[in-house]
Amino acid sequence: MSERPSRTAARGDLGFRLGTGAFAAFLCLLVIGIGVILADQSWLSIDKFGLGFWRGTTWDPVAGEFGAFPFIWGTLYSSLLALVISTPIALGIAVFLSELSPPVLKQPLIFLTELLAAVPSIVYGLWAIYALVPLVRRLEVLCPEWLRRVPLFSGPPLGVGMLAAGLVLAVMVIPFIASVAREILKAVPVTQREAAYALGATRWEAIRMALYYGRTGIMGAVMLGLGRALGETMAVTMVIGNNPQVSLSLFAPQYTMAAVIANEFTEAAGDLYRDALVEIGLVLFTITIVINILSQLLIWSVSDQRVPRRVVPKPKPALAA
Amino acid sequence: MSSDAPAAAEAGIRIKTEVKPTSGPVPDASVAIEIQGVGIAYGDNQVVHDVTMDIPEQRVTAFIGPSGCGKSTLLRCLNRMNDLIDSARVMGKIRVKGQDIYAPGTDVIDIRRRIGMVFQKSNPFPKSIFENVVYGLRIVGVRDRATLDEACERSLRGAALWEEVRDRLKDSALSLSGGQQQRVCIARAIAVEPEILLMDEPCSALDPIATVKIEELIYALKEKYTIVIVTHNLQQAARVSDRTAFFWLGRLVEYGSTSDVFTKPREKLTEDYITGRFG
Amino acid sequence: MAIQITAHDRRRKVLSRLVEVACAGSVMLALAPLALVLYFVLSQGLPALSLAFFTNMPKPVGEPGGGMANAMIGTLILLGLAGALAVPVGIACAVYLAEYPKRRLAQAATFAADILNGVPSIVIGIFAYVIAVLPFRRFSALAGGFALGVMMIPIVVRTTEELLALVPPSLREGALALGATRGRATWSVILPAALPGIVTGVLVALARVAGETAPLLFTSFNNQFWSVRLDKPIASLTVQIFTYAIAPYEDWHRQAWAGASVLIGAMLVFSVLARTVTRRLERMHRP
Repeated sequence: MSERPSRTAARGDLGFRLGTGAFAAFLCLLVIGIGVILADQSWLSIDKFGLGFWRGTTWDPVAGEFGAFPFIWGTLYSSLLALVISTPIALGIAVFLSELSPPVLKQPLIFLTELLAAVPSIVYGLWAIYALVPLVRRLEVLCPEWLRRVPLFSGPPLGVGMLAAGLVLAVMVIPFIASVAREILKAVPVTQREAAYALGATRWEAIRMALYYGRTGIMGAVMLGLGRALGETMAVTMVIGNNPQVSLSLFAPQYTMAAVIANEFTEAAGDLYRDALVEIGLVLFTITIVINILSQLLIWSVSDQRVPRRVVPKPKPALAA
Repeated sequence: MSSDAPAAAEAGIRIKTEVKPTSGPVPDASVAIEIQGVGIAYGDNQVVHDVTMDIPEQRVTAFIGPSGCGKSTLLRCLNRMNDLIDSARVMGKIRVKGQDIYAPGTDVIDIRRRIGMVFQKSNPFPKSIFENVVYGLRIVGVRDRATLDEACERSLRGAALWEEVRDRLKDSALSLSGGQQQRVCIARAIAVEPEILLMDEPCSALDPIATVKIEELIYALKEKYTIVIVTHNLQQAARVSDRTAFFWLGRLVEYGSTSDVFTKPREKLTEDYITGRFG
Repeated sequence: MAIQITAHDRRRKVLSRLVEVACAGSVMLALAPLALVLYFVLSQGLPALSLAFFTNMPKPVGEPGGGMANAMIGTLILLGLAGALAVPVGIACAVYLAEYPKRRLAQAATFAADILNGVPSIVIGIFAYVIAVLPFRRFSALAGGFALGVMMIPIVVRTTEELLALVPPSLREGALALGATRGRATWSVILPAALPGIVTGVLVALARVAGETAPLLFTSFNNQFWSVRLDKPIASLTVQIFTYAIAPYEDWHRQAWAGASVLIGAMLVFSVLARTVTRRLERMHRP
């Protein structure tokens, strides 16, 4: 008599575990499925072009030419440009919010910087077309003649192009890097900064020590930003000019992997064309996964060194020094 | 000279070396820090009330008392580390060699260089032993490699650590034992040649053997530096210090030579604490 | 030596101050685009809003009175579909992760959720195209909802899992001690306790996915007419904004801004809704 309830209970528990576990398995299969399907649907292209696909610099599907190098170039160029612009700003924000901000401003500013991440990509794209591109065009027009001879600044001042794309990507990536960097700085033990101050360090010198302590995690934060930038589609495609050319110039319209898929997928006539685009998607998928995993590893490595906080009020660098 | 002279001279020398530093008042020490009517509050909560005392130069002064009595708080005011806490307010005057350290316009960086601090839990930077020790010199602008090397050796010797680490100065400071790390922190503090050394329970996180090493070090250090040490360990205070200040609930209850405070305390409260009736 | 130190010290302090100013400046620099976006939304978008905007379909260029009614309803339908997929899958998954965290499947699923979170939305669009568009040879609202749902799953999993971890273990132990199976304990005790937070998480996830454009481009595609059928292409706010934004017509640009203001307004409503629902549910559950 006492056996039966526990057996049904055990069966109930088993059912529960299998039932919910099925959903967990579904999630795993989903991710694997994405990879498998991308590989499968790009097979025609992989089979026909092999690795030469990625070395070809001419993308002219109408003429049957599928060279995807311009997209890798454009994606890497725009993302790295975005990182170069956004990292110092994001770190400045993280330092300000974790060390320098007057307490009354801290919460509102944190809220506002997180709001930056909530604005949809399409709205940033709209703003970029309206405000950023004309601004960039004006800058390009103002560019002096002697500077224009440098390949970095060559070409007609169109407004749309790599610079505009890099700028809008930077804006979108800043909140991600800043919020992770802020968490990293929070995890640096207070005693580290105290040690620096007790030796007569200025506030910047003490902050520098904290940044050094969390350097791995900060690298992870930057990689996270890179991962975001690589996959960004709408805002980029609205301002990069969508021209599959490989150019060093910031002023030149170029193309990214995500943008070409967004623009040409529905128009892709023929299986080969479509498979080529899917292959681009496959590579984008792989690169972003690798970068995201790397960034997670780097970020976690700092949290393991976390030291329990003291009960004494958390010291904040004051107006001394 | 009588034939007794050699014996008397010998006796005289012997007597001199037997003078214990803790016997009686120490009239020949000048004042390193004057604390006058100092009160400290965090926001509305006052934790230290009206403390007046003089800390003698080149002696070890111990602050003792139960947890939360304000001794660490007072210590941290001596090098203005409490500035780091927004709500902290300091009332009264603290003079170091005659200079009011809380006067407006005081160079806090300079104060903190002249008054070094060693913390409860050792906090070396995640850098090499060498870089830790010379950090204070680097930020001041010293770049000459020879100077830095010399300072590093001098400081590590002063911290009784040189022989143990001389071959691995490039190793991370975090690879050392707890006691060694604390001595790196002491070396780091004395590398900038401070006049005063503040120690906030420096041995509380260490095992007994490491503790003994540090206590011996303190004994040696007081020849060059004025030392103020906060400690929970009454035996340590008795062993190591020349003067002892007993705090209770934020007030200075008794302050005198260590032997007086421990053998003939004036206040009942002091006696109760020392005999372990509370705290 | 003392004099040298002082001059160097002055430089150090100046540098420190400059860094402080630069950090404050970077905050302002980063918030500038936010302010500008708000400015444009208010100055360009709000004036273009009218009753017609909310009730009419898109009209050809030149004809006045075009609206985005179909796009708004389309977005709502797509969100409903996405939620129908993501909420049960996400919550069930999170329950498994919370109850059996040490099992290999749970660790794999956590890893999978993190990966899925980082997959670019355009890639999810391709995936949804292959699964939901190709076999039926047509774009459809279902395909779009599927794409958005897939994107929502990791968000729901993560927020739900965090909330389930916050439920005090005494609650679960109490239920189990009374003889309840794990399933019953979860369903009748733990989930209700975490419900306010879960609802917030779902609303937040919906708000996030509502702003997505890329995965819809070749799943739900777009529709200039009124359509609520799940098996046909359907309009959505984001795709409609995109179509108008890249066109060369001033009138369409203004409508794009109007659409953007509706989108942002909706996201604001979502977050306010999330907070009020949470508070009301919390009040209900407090004994």
